[in-house]
Amino acid sequence: MAAASMMPIFSQNVSSNSDLVPEWSRQEVSTGTTIMAVEYDGGVVVGADSRTTTGAYIANRVTDKLTRIHDRIYCCRSGSAADTQAIAEVVSYQLGFHSIELDEPPLVETAAHLFRASCYRYREELMAGILVAGWDRRKGGQVYCVPIGGMLVRQPVSVGGSGSSYIYGFMDSNYKPGLSKDQCLDLTTKALTLAMERDGSSGGVVRLATISEDGVERRVILGDQLPKFSTH
Amino acid sequence: PAAGFNFDNAARNAAFEGLFEGGQTPKPLKTGTTIAGVMFKDGVVLGADTRATSSEVVADKMCAKIHYISPNIYCCGAGTAADTEKTTDLLSSNLTVFSLNSGRNPRVVMAVNILQDMLYRYHGQIGANLILGGVDCTGNHLYTVGPYGSVNKVPYLAMGSGDLAALGILEDGFQHDLELEKAKKLVRDAVHSGIMNDLGSGNNIDICVITAEGVDYIRPFQESEFKDRREIKYKYRQGTTPVLTKKITPLKLEVVQETTQKMETV
Repeated sequence: MAAASMMPIFSQNVSSNSDLVPEWSRQEVSTGTTIMAVEYDGGVVVGADSRTTTGAYIANRVTDKLTRIHDRIYCCRSGSAADTQAIAEVVSYQLGFHSIELDEPPLVETAAHLFRASCYRYREELMAGILVAGWDRRKGGQVYCVPIGGMLVRQPVSVGGSGSSYIYGFMDSNYKPGLSKDQCLDLTTKALTLAMERDGSSGGVVRLATISEDGVERRVILGDQLPKFSTH
Repeated sequence: PAAGFNFDNAARNAAFEGLFEGGQTPKPLKTGTTIAGVMFKDGVVLGADTRATSSEVVADKMCAKIHYISPNIYCCGAGTAADTEKTTDLLSSNLTVFSLNSGRNPRVVMAVNILQDMLYRYHGQIGANLILGGVDCTGNHLYTVGPYGSVNKVPYLAMGSGDLAALGILEDGFQHDLELEKAKKLVRDAVHSGIMNDLGSGNNIDICVITAEGVDYIRPFQESEFKDRREIKYKYRQGTTPVLTKKITPLKLEVVQETTQKMETV
Protein backbone atom coordinates (compact mmCIF):
# COMPACT_ATOMS: atom_id res chain seq x y z
CA MET A 1 0.00 0.00 0.00
CA ALA A 2 1.50 3.31 -0.94
CA ALA A 3 0.39 6.90 -0.92
CA ALA A 4 1.34 8.83 -4.02
CA SER A 5 2.88 12.20 -3.26
CA MET A 6 1.59 15.27 -5.02
CA MET A 7 4.67 17.02 -6.37
CA PRO A 8 6.02 15.72 -9.66
CA ILE A 9 9.65 14.59 -9.52
CA PHE A 10 10.07 15.52 -13.16
CA SER A 11 9.08 19.19 -12.99
CA GLN A 12 9.85 21.70 -15.71
CA ASN A 13 10.92 25.01 -14.23
CA VAL A 14 12.47 26.76 -17.16
CA SER A 15 10.55 30.02 -16.64
CA SER A 16 9.82 30.66 -12.99
CA ASN A 17 7.80 33.89 -12.80
CA SER A 18 5.12 34.45 -15.34
CA ASP A 19 2.84 37.37 -15.79
CA LEU A 20 -0.17 36.11 -17.66
CA VAL A 21 -0.04 32.36 -17.24
CA PRO A 22 -0.73 31.46 -13.61
CA GLU A 23 1.55 29.05 -11.75
CA TRP A 24 -1.05 26.35 -11.35
CA SER A 25 -1.61 25.98 -15.08
CA ARG A 26 2.03 25.21 -15.70
CA GLN A 27 2.17 22.37 -13.19
CA GLU A 28 1.85 18.85 -14.35
CA VAL A 29 -1.61 17.38 -14.28
CA SER A 30 -1.81 14.96 -11.36
CA THR A 31 -4.58 12.53 -10.57
CA GLY A 32 -4.06 13.19 -6.78
CA THR A 33 -6.57 10.56 -5.99
CA THR A 34 -8.18 7.92 -3.91
CA ILE A 35 -8.34 4.46 -5.47
CA MET A 36 -9.29 1.13 -3.98
CA ALA A 37 -9.62 -2.50 -4.95
CA VAL A 38 -11.09 -5.43 -2.97
CA GLU A 39 -11.21 -9.16 -3.73
CA TYR A 40 -14.24 -11.26 -3.03
CA ASP A 41 -15.00 -14.87 -3.81
CA GLY A 42 -15.72 -14.80 -7.53
CA GLY A 43 -14.30 -11.42 -8.52
CA VAL A 44 -13.07 -7.99 -7.52
CA VAL A 45 -14.56 -4.59 -6.83
CA VAL A 46 -12.57 -1.53 -7.93
CA GLY A 47 -13.38 2.05 -7.11
CA ALA A 48 -11.98 5.54 -7.58
CA ASP A 49 -12.89 9.19 -7.15
CA SER A 50 -13.10 11.44 -10.22
CA ARG A 51 -10.91 14.48 -9.63
CA THR A 52 -7.87 15.46 -11.75
CA THR A 53 -5.93 18.47 -10.55
CA THR A 54 -3.34 20.82 -12.03
CA GLY A 55 -1.97 22.35 -8.85
CA ALA A 56 -5.03 23.85 -7.19
CA TYR A 57 -7.26 23.81 -10.26
CA ILE A 58 -9.53 20.86 -10.99
CA ALA A 59 -8.82 20.11 -14.63
CA ASN A 60 -11.48 17.39 -14.87
CA ARG A 61 -14.13 16.75 -12.22
CA VAL A 62 -15.56 13.68 -13.92
CA THR A 63 -12.41 11.70 -14.69
CA ASP A 64 -12.58 7.98 -15.22
CA LYS A 65 -9.60 6.53 -13.40
CA LEU A 66 -10.72 2.93 -13.86
CA THR A 67 -9.05 2.02 -17.10
CA ARG A 68 -9.79 -1.15 -19.05
CA ILE A 69 -6.67 -3.16 -19.79
CA HIS A 70 -8.44 -6.26 -20.99
CA ASP A 71 -11.96 -7.72 -20.90
CA ARG A 72 -11.69 -8.75 -17.27
CA ILE A 73 -8.69 -6.75 -16.10
CA TYR A 74 -8.89 -3.14 -14.99
CA CYS A 75 -6.37 -0.78 -13.47
CA CYS A 76 -6.86 2.13 -11.09
CA ARG A 77 -4.55 5.05 -11.84
CA SER A 78 -2.99 7.50 -9.39
CA GLY A 79 -0.08 9.90 -9.79
CA SER A 80 0.69 11.79 -12.96
CA ALA A 81 -2.21 11.70 -15.40
CA ALA A 82 0.03 11.68 -18.47
CA ASP A 83 2.35 8.97 -17.13
CA THR A 84 -0.44 6.63 -16.05
CA GLN A 85 -2.38 7.06 -19.29
CA ALA A 86 0.74 6.29 -21.28
CA ILE A 87 1.66 3.22 -19.18
CA ALA A 88 -1.90 1.89 -19.32
CA GLU A 89 -1.89 2.14 -23.12
CA VAL A 90 1.44 0.39 -23.41
CA VAL A 91 0.36 -2.43 -21.11
CA SER A 92 -3.01 -2.76 -22.89
CA TYR A 93 -1.18 -3.26 -26.12
CA GLN A 94 1.32 -5.71 -24.70
CA LEU A 95 -1.37 -7.72 -22.94
CA GLY A 96 -3.66 -7.72 -25.98
CA PHE A 97 -0.85 -9.04 -28.13
CA HIS A 98 0.04 -11.68 -25.55
CA SER A 99 -3.58 -12.78 -25.30
CA ILE A 100 -3.89 -13.17 -29.08
CA GLU A 101 -0.71 -15.21 -29.18
CA LEU A 102 -1.96 -17.50 -26.41
CA ASP A 103 -5.47 -17.59 -27.80
CA GLU A 104 -6.91 -17.38 -24.32
CA PRO A 105 -7.79 -14.62 -21.83
CA PRO A 106 -4.69 -13.27 -20.05
CA LEU A 107 -3.98 -13.71 -16.34
CA VAL A 108 -4.26 -10.76 -13.95
CA GLU A 109 -0.80 -11.68 -12.69
CA THR A 110 0.59 -11.17 -16.20
CA ALA A 111 -0.96 -7.72 -16.44
CA ALA A 112 0.45 -6.81 -13.04
CA HIS A 113 3.91 -7.97 -14.06
CA LEU A 114 3.75 -5.93 -17.25
CA PHE A 115 2.85 -2.84 -15.21
CA ARG A 116 5.65 -3.55 -12.82
CA ALA A 117 8.15 -3.99 -15.66
CA SER A 118 7.40 -0.52 -17.05
CA CYS A 119 7.10 1.19 -13.65
CA TYR A 120 10.35 -0.28 -12.35
CA ARG A 121 12.46 0.23 -15.45
CA TYR A 122 11.50 3.88 -15.77
CA ARG A 123 11.11 4.53 -12.06
CA GLU A 124 13.22 7.71 -12.17
CA GLU A 125 11.14 9.33 -14.88
CA LEU A 126 7.67 8.18 -13.95
CA MET A 127 5.27 9.04 -11.18
CA ALA A 128 2.63 6.34 -11.22
CA GLY A 129 0.88 4.37 -8.47
CA ILE A 130 -1.35 1.69 -9.96
CA LEU A 131 -3.72 -0.96 -8.66
CA VAL A 132 -4.26 -3.85 -11.07
CA ALA A 133 -7.38 -5.90 -10.44
CA GLY A 134 -9.40 -8.46 -12.35
CA TRP A 135 -10.67 -11.97 -12.67
CA ASP A 136 -9.16 -14.96 -14.43
CA ARG A 137 -9.97 -18.65 -14.49
CA ARG A 138 -6.85 -19.80 -12.71
CA LYS A 139 -6.97 -17.78 -9.49
CA GLY A 140 -10.32 -15.99 -9.58
CA GLY A 141 -10.47 -12.40 -8.34
CA GLN A 142 -7.06 -10.83 -7.64
CA VAL A 143 -5.74 -7.42 -6.64
CA TYR A 144 -2.12 -6.45 -7.25
CA CYS A 145 -0.54 -3.27 -6.01
CA VAL A 146 2.19 -1.52 -8.09
CA PRO A 147 3.09 1.64 -6.16
CA ILE A 148 5.63 4.34 -7.10
CA GLY A 149 9.04 2.76 -7.52
CA GLY A 150 7.76 -0.41 -9.12
CA MET A 151 7.10 -2.87 -6.31
CA LEU A 152 4.63 -5.67 -6.98
CA VAL A 153 2.60 -7.37 -4.29
CA ARG A 154 -0.70 -9.19 -4.25
CA GLN A 155 -3.13 -8.14 -1.52
CA PRO A 156 -6.75 -9.02 -0.78
CA VAL A 157 -7.56 -5.34 -0.38
CA SER A 158 -5.56 -2.29 -1.36
CA VAL A 159 -5.92 1.47 -1.40
CA GLY A 160 -3.81 4.06 -3.19
CA GLY A 161 -3.47 7.71 -4.05
CA SER A 162 -3.10 10.80 -1.90
CA GLY A 163 -6.44 10.18 -0.18
CA SER A 164 -5.54 6.68 0.91
CA SER A 165 -3.70 7.94 3.99
CA TYR A 166 -7.01 8.96 5.52
CA ILE A 167 -8.70 5.59 5.22
CA TYR A 168 -6.13 3.04 6.36
CA GLY A 169 -7.75 3.01 9.78
CA PHE A 170 -11.19 2.51 8.29
CA MET A 171 -9.90 -0.30 6.05
CA ASP A 172 -8.08 -2.10 8.81
CA SER A 173 -11.08 -2.08 11.11
CA ASN A 174 -13.80 -2.82 8.56
CA TYR A 175 -12.32 -5.32 6.14
CA LYS A 176 -12.72 -8.99 6.90
CA PRO A 177 -11.90 -11.86 4.55
CA GLY A 178 -14.98 -13.55 3.11
CA LEU A 179 -17.09 -10.49 2.30
CA SER A 180 -19.77 -10.76 -0.36
CA LYS A 181 -19.87 -8.67 -3.53
CA ASP A 182 -22.42 -6.22 -2.14
CA GLN A 183 -20.52 -5.86 1.10
CA CYS A 184 -17.39 -5.06 -0.88
CA LEU A 185 -19.24 -2.45 -2.93
CA ASP A 186 -20.57 -0.91 0.25
CA LEU A 187 -17.14 -0.92 1.89
CA THR A 188 -15.53 0.68 -1.16
CA THR A 189 -18.18 3.37 -1.43
CA LYS A 190 -17.90 4.28 2.23
CA ALA A 191 -14.10 4.29 2.17
CA LEU A 192 -13.90 6.49 -0.93
CA THR A 193 -16.48 8.87 0.47
CA LEU A 194 -14.51 9.27 3.69
CA ALA A 195 -11.30 9.91 1.78
CA MET A 196 -12.96 12.40 -0.54
CA GLU A 197 -14.31 14.22 2.47
CA ARG A 198 -10.84 14.75 3.93
CA ASP A 199 -8.46 14.89 0.97
CA GLY A 200 -8.51 18.08 -1.09
CA SER A 201 -7.18 16.32 -4.16
CA SER A 202 -9.97 13.73 -4.21
CA GLY A 203 -13.58 14.44 -4.96
CA GLY A 204 -16.33 14.51 -7.56
CA VAL A 205 -18.23 11.27 -8.04
CA VAL A 206 -17.45 7.71 -7.00
CA ARG A 207 -16.87 5.34 -9.90
CA LEU A 208 -17.19 1.63 -9.19
CA ALA A 209 -16.70 -1.49 -11.26
CA THR A 210 -17.30 -5.15 -10.44
CA ILE A 211 -15.27 -7.67 -12.41
CA SER A 212 -16.21 -11.34 -12.37
CA GLU A 213 -16.55 -14.32 -14.67
CA ASP A 214 -19.78 -12.82 -16.04
CA GLY A 215 -18.09 -9.62 -17.11
CA VAL A 216 -17.73 -6.04 -15.93
CA GLU A 217 -20.48 -4.03 -14.30
CA ARG A 218 -19.83 -0.30 -13.99
CA ARG A 219 -21.67 2.24 -11.95
CA VAL A 220 -21.38 5.86 -10.85
CA ILE A 221 -22.49 7.30 -7.53
CA LEU A 222 -23.12 11.02 -7.85
CA GLY A 223 -22.19 13.54 -5.16
CA ASP A 224 -25.59 13.87 -3.58
CA GLN A 225 -26.11 10.10 -3.38
CA LEU A 226 -22.92 9.40 -1.43
CA PRO A 227 -23.31 8.07 2.12
CA LYS A 228 -23.38 10.85 4.68
CA PHE A 229 -21.00 10.73 7.61
CA SER A 230 -20.62 14.26 8.90
CA THR A 231 -22.80 15.21 11.77
CA HIS A 232 -22.65 18.88 10.77
CA PRO B 1 20.57 19.52 -38.88
CA ALA B 2 18.91 16.71 -36.96
CA ALA B 3 15.17 16.31 -37.45
CA GLY B 4 12.69 17.13 -34.68
CA PHE B 5 12.86 19.55 -31.79
CA ASN B 6 16.07 20.60 -30.11
CA PHE B 7 15.95 21.54 -26.45
CA ASP B 8 19.63 22.42 -25.93
CA ASN B 9 18.63 25.99 -25.23
CA ALA B 10 16.25 25.06 -22.44
CA ALA B 11 19.10 24.42 -20.01
CA ARG B 12 20.91 27.53 -21.18
CA ASN B 13 17.82 29.68 -20.66
CA ALA B 14 17.36 28.32 -17.17
CA ALA B 15 20.96 29.25 -16.39
CA PHE B 16 20.37 32.75 -17.75
CA GLU B 17 17.43 33.43 -15.48
CA GLY B 18 19.37 35.18 -12.77
CA LEU B 19 22.03 36.80 -14.90
CA PHE B 20 20.27 39.71 -16.60
CA GLU B 21 20.53 42.73 -14.29
CA GLY B 22 17.14 44.07 -13.37
CA GLY B 23 15.45 42.61 -16.40
CA GLN B 24 14.20 39.19 -17.43
CA THR B 25 15.17 36.88 -20.21
CA PRO B 26 13.11 37.53 -23.33
CA LYS B 27 9.93 35.50 -23.06
CA PRO B 28 8.60 33.35 -25.88
CA LEU B 29 5.36 34.55 -27.42
CA LYS B 30 2.58 33.14 -25.25
CA THR B 31 -0.98 33.30 -26.42
CA GLY B 32 -2.40 33.95 -22.88
CA THR B 33 -5.77 32.99 -24.15
CA THR B 34 -9.34 32.02 -23.64
CA ILE B 35 -10.46 29.04 -25.70
CA ALA B 36 -13.62 27.03 -25.19
CA GLY B 37 -15.44 24.10 -26.75
CA VAL B 38 -18.96 22.73 -26.36
CA MET B 39 -20.62 19.60 -27.73
CA PHE B 40 -24.15 20.22 -28.94
CA LYS B 41 -26.89 18.24 -30.63
CA ASP B 42 -25.49 18.17 -34.15
CA GLY B 43 -21.76 18.59 -33.56
CA VAL B 44 -19.14 20.70 -31.82
CA VAL B 45 -18.68 24.46 -31.38
CA LEU B 46 -15.17 25.85 -30.73
CA GLY B 47 -14.46 29.42 -29.72
CA ALA B 48 -11.36 31.52 -29.09
CA ASP B 49 -10.28 35.10 -28.51
CA THR B 50 -7.74 36.66 -30.90
CA ARG B 51 -5.10 38.30 -28.72
CA ALA B 52 -1.50 37.11 -28.76
CA THR B 53 0.74 38.61 -26.06
CA SER B 54 4.48 38.90 -25.62
CA SER B 55 4.79 39.70 -21.91
CA GLU B 56 2.74 42.92 -21.51
CA VAL B 57 2.57 43.89 -25.15
CA VAL B 58 -0.17 42.69 -27.48
CA ALA B 59 1.82 41.16 -30.31
CA ASP B 60 -1.10 40.24 -32.54
CA LYS B 61 -4.65 41.62 -32.31
CA MET B 62 -6.14 39.25 -34.83
CA CYS B 63 -4.37 36.00 -34.15
CA ALA B 64 -6.05 32.81 -35.37
CA LYS B 65 -6.17 30.30 -32.54
CA ILE B 66 -8.54 27.81 -34.11
CA HIS B 67 -6.33 25.66 -36.32
CA TYR B 68 -7.35 23.42 -39.18
CA ILE B 69 -6.49 19.78 -38.66
CA SER B 70 -8.65 18.08 -41.25
CA PRO B 71 -11.95 18.91 -42.99
CA ASN B 72 -13.86 17.50 -40.04
CA ILE B 73 -11.50 18.30 -37.15
CA TYR B 74 -10.36 21.67 -35.77
CA CYS B 75 -8.12 22.44 -32.82
CA CYS B 76 -7.91 25.45 -30.48
CA GLY B 77 -4.49 26.07 -28.99
CA ALA B 78 -3.42 27.82 -25.79
CA GLY B 79 0.09 28.16 -24.40
CA THR B 80 3.22 29.03 -26.37
CA ALA B 81 2.08 30.32 -29.78
CA ALA B 82 4.88 28.70 -31.75
CA ASP B 83 4.35 25.33 -30.10
CA THR B 84 0.61 25.23 -30.77
CA GLU B 85 1.11 26.40 -34.37
CA LYS B 86 3.72 23.83 -35.23
CA THR B 87 2.17 20.94 -33.32
CA THR B 88 -1.17 21.42 -35.05
CA ASP B 89 0.58 21.77 -38.42
CA LEU B 90 2.44 18.52 -37.87
CA LEU B 91 -0.75 16.79 -36.84
CA SER B 92 -2.58 18.12 -39.87
CA SER B 93 0.16 16.87 -42.21
CA ASN B 94 0.15 13.44 -40.62
CA LEU B 95 -3.59 13.11 -40.93
CA THR B 96 -3.60 14.32 -44.53
CA VAL B 97 -1.08 11.65 -45.43
CA PHE B 98 -3.20 9.10 -43.61
CA SER B 99 -6.31 10.23 -45.53
CA LEU B 100 -4.52 9.95 -48.83
CA ASN B 101 -3.15 6.54 -48.03
CA SER B 102 -6.30 5.00 -46.65
CA GLY B 103 -9.03 6.92 -48.46
CA ARG B 104 -10.78 7.60 -45.16
CA ASN B 105 -11.60 10.76 -43.26
CA PRO B 106 -9.51 10.82 -40.08
CA ARG B 107 -11.22 10.21 -36.75
CA VAL B 108 -10.92 12.61 -33.83
CA VAL B 109 -9.59 9.86 -31.60
CA MET B 110 -6.68 9.35 -34.05
CA ALA B 111 -5.75 13.01 -33.83
CA VAL B 112 -5.87 12.77 -30.03
CA ASN B 113 -3.66 9.68 -29.94
CA ILE B 114 -1.05 11.22 -32.22
CA LEU B 115 -0.96 14.40 -30.13
CA GLN B 116 -0.80 12.50 -26.89
CA ASP B 117 2.10 10.36 -28.12
CA MET B 118 4.05 13.37 -29.27
CA LEU B 119 3.47 15.58 -26.24
CA TYR B 120 4.21 12.76 -23.83
CA ARG B 121 7.46 12.01 -25.61
CA TYR B 122 8.59 15.62 -25.06
CA HIS B 123 7.74 15.56 -21.36
CA GLY B 124 6.03 18.94 -21.20
CA GLN B 125 8.72 20.86 -23.07
CA ILE B 126 6.18 21.66 -25.76
CA GLY B 127 3.88 24.19 -24.10
CA ALA B 128 0.68 23.33 -25.92
CA ASN B 129 -2.73 23.13 -24.27
CA LEU B 130 -5.08 22.01 -27.01
CA ILE B 131 -8.82 21.59 -27.37
CA LEU B 132 -9.66 19.22 -30.22
CA GLY B 133 -13.15 19.02 -31.58
CA GLY B 134 -14.62 17.25 -34.56
CA VAL B 135 -17.29 15.10 -36.09
CA ASP B 136 -16.51 11.75 -37.64
CA CYS B 137 -18.30 8.54 -38.52
CA THR B 138 -18.46 7.56 -34.84
CA GLY B 139 -20.10 10.79 -33.70
CA ASN B 140 -19.23 14.17 -32.16
CA HIS B 141 -16.13 14.37 -29.99
CA LEU B 142 -14.42 16.99 -27.82
CA TYR B 143 -11.05 16.30 -26.20
CA THR B 144 -8.39 18.27 -24.39
CA VAL B 145 -4.69 17.39 -24.49
CA GLY B 146 -2.30 18.87 -21.93
CA PRO B 147 1.38 19.71 -22.41
CA TYR B 148 2.51 16.59 -20.54
CA GLY B 149 0.34 14.36 -22.68
CA SER B 150 -2.75 13.84 -20.53
CA VAL B 151 -6.06 13.53 -22.33
CA ASN B 152 -9.57 14.31 -21.06
CA LYS B 153 -12.77 13.64 -22.94
CA VAL B 154 -15.58 15.91 -21.72
CA PRO B 155 -18.72 17.53 -23.16
CA TYR B 156 -17.52 21.11 -22.53
CA LEU B 157 -14.14 22.71 -21.87
CA ALA B 158 -12.18 25.88 -21.52
CA MET B 159 -8.39 26.32 -21.55
CA GLY B 160 -5.87 29.14 -21.44
CA SER B 161 -5.32 31.90 -18.91
CA GLY B 162 -8.97 32.92 -19.11
CA ASP B 163 -10.29 29.43 -18.54
CA LEU B 164 -11.58 29.94 -15.02
CA ALA B 165 -13.78 32.82 -16.14
CA ALA B 166 -15.01 30.92 -19.19
CA LEU B 167 -15.63 27.73 -17.25
CA GLY B 168 -17.89 29.61 -14.85
CA ILE B 169 -20.18 30.52 -17.74
CA LEU B 170 -20.01 27.02 -19.18
CA GLU B 171 -20.77 25.29 -15.88
CA ASP B 172 -23.80 27.50 -15.45
CA GLY B 173 -25.20 27.37 -18.96
CA PHE B 174 -24.26 23.96 -20.35
CA GLN B 175 -26.91 21.35 -21.06
CA HIS B 176 -26.72 18.21 -23.16
CA ASP B 177 -28.06 18.41 -26.74
CA LEU B 178 -28.19 22.18 -27.07
CA GLU B 179 -29.49 23.76 -30.26
CA LEU B 180 -26.96 25.39 -32.60
CA GLU B 181 -27.77 29.01 -31.82
CA LYS B 182 -27.79 28.40 -28.06
CA ALA B 183 -24.49 26.55 -28.29
CA LYS B 184 -22.86 29.38 -30.27
CA LYS B 185 -24.15 31.91 -27.77
CA LEU B 186 -22.86 29.84 -24.85
CA VAL B 187 -19.38 29.63 -26.33
CA ARG B 188 -19.41 33.32 -27.20
CA ASP B 189 -20.45 34.19 -23.67
CA ALA B 190 -17.73 31.98 -22.23
CA VAL B 191 -14.97 33.51 -24.37
CA HIS B 192 -16.38 36.99 -23.71
CA SER B 193 -16.15 36.36 -19.98
CA GLY B 194 -12.52 35.34 -20.45
CA ILE B 195 -11.83 38.51 -22.44
CA MET B 196 -13.47 40.74 -19.86
CA ASN B 197 -11.85 39.18 -16.81
CA ASP B 198 -8.40 38.14 -18.04
CA LEU B 199 -5.65 40.49 -19.17
CA GLY B 200 -4.12 37.95 -21.51
CA SER B 201 -7.31 37.58 -23.58
CA GLY B 202 -8.98 40.20 -25.66
CA ASN B 203 -9.93 41.69 -29.01
CA ASN B 204 -12.28 39.67 -31.18
CA ILE B 205 -14.01 36.31 -30.80
CA ASP B 206 -13.70 33.55 -33.40
CA ILE B 207 -16.23 30.73 -33.57
CA CYS B 208 -15.97 27.45 -35.46
CA VAL B 209 -18.99 25.18 -35.83
CA ILE B 210 -18.34 21.61 -36.95
CA THR B 211 -21.21 19.35 -37.94
CA ALA B 212 -21.66 16.31 -40.11
CA GLU B 213 -22.67 18.63 -42.96
CA GLY B 214 -19.53 20.69 -42.80
CA VAL B 215 -17.63 23.45 -41.05
CA ASP B 216 -18.64 27.06 -40.44
CA TYR B 217 -15.55 29.07 -39.47
CA ILE B 218 -16.80 32.50 -38.43
CA ARG B 219 -13.87 34.84 -38.07
CA PRO B 220 -14.59 37.14 -36.39
CA PHE B 221 -17.87 36.12 -34.82
CA GLN B 222 -17.86 39.26 -32.77
CA GLU B 223 -15.60 42.25 -33.07
CA SER B 224 -14.24 44.04 -30.06
CA GLU B 225 -16.21 47.19 -29.20
CA PHE B 226 -12.94 48.87 -28.20
CA LYS B 227 -11.34 48.99 -31.64
CA ASP B 228 -8.80 51.66 -32.31
CA ARG B 229 -9.32 54.30 -35.01
CA ARG B 230 -6.18 55.73 -36.55
CA GLU B 231 -6.54 59.51 -36.46
CA ILE B 232 -3.32 60.49 -38.29
CA LYS B 233 -2.18 59.45 -41.75
CA TYR B 234 1.09 57.51 -41.71
CA LYS B 235 2.02 57.96 -45.35
CA TYR B 236 4.91 60.33 -46.24
CA ARG B 237 5.33 61.94 -49.64
CA GLN B 238 8.48 61.41 -51.68
CA GLY B 239 11.18 63.88 -50.72
CA THR B 240 10.36 63.99 -47.00
CA THR B 241 13.68 62.33 -46.23
CA PRO B 242 16.52 64.27 -47.97
CA VAL B 243 19.18 62.23 -49.82
CA LEU B 244 22.66 63.35 -48.71
CA THR B 245 25.00 61.19 -50.84
CA LYS B 246 24.63 58.54 -53.51
CA LYS B 247 27.28 55.98 -54.41
CA ILE B 248 26.89 53.21 -56.99
CA THR B 249 29.28 50.24 -56.89
CA PRO B 250 28.86 47.81 -59.76
CA LEU B 251 29.53 44.19 -58.78
CA LYS B 252 32.12 42.53 -60.99
CA LEU B 253 30.89 39.16 -62.11
CA GLU B 254 33.24 36.69 -63.73
CA VAL B 255 31.97 33.76 -65.71
CA VAL B 256 34.07 30.91 -64.32
CA GLN B 257 32.70 27.89 -66.07
CA GLU B 258 29.79 27.13 -68.31
CA THR B 259 28.75 23.57 -69.05
CA THR B 260 25.79 21.98 -70.70
CA GLN B 261 24.76 18.45 -70.08
CA LYS B 262 22.25 16.77 -72.34
CA MET B 263 19.36 15.13 -70.48
CA GLU B 264 18.80 11.50 -71.43
CA THR B 265 15.49 11.08 -73.11
CA VAL B 266 13.83 8.06 -74.56
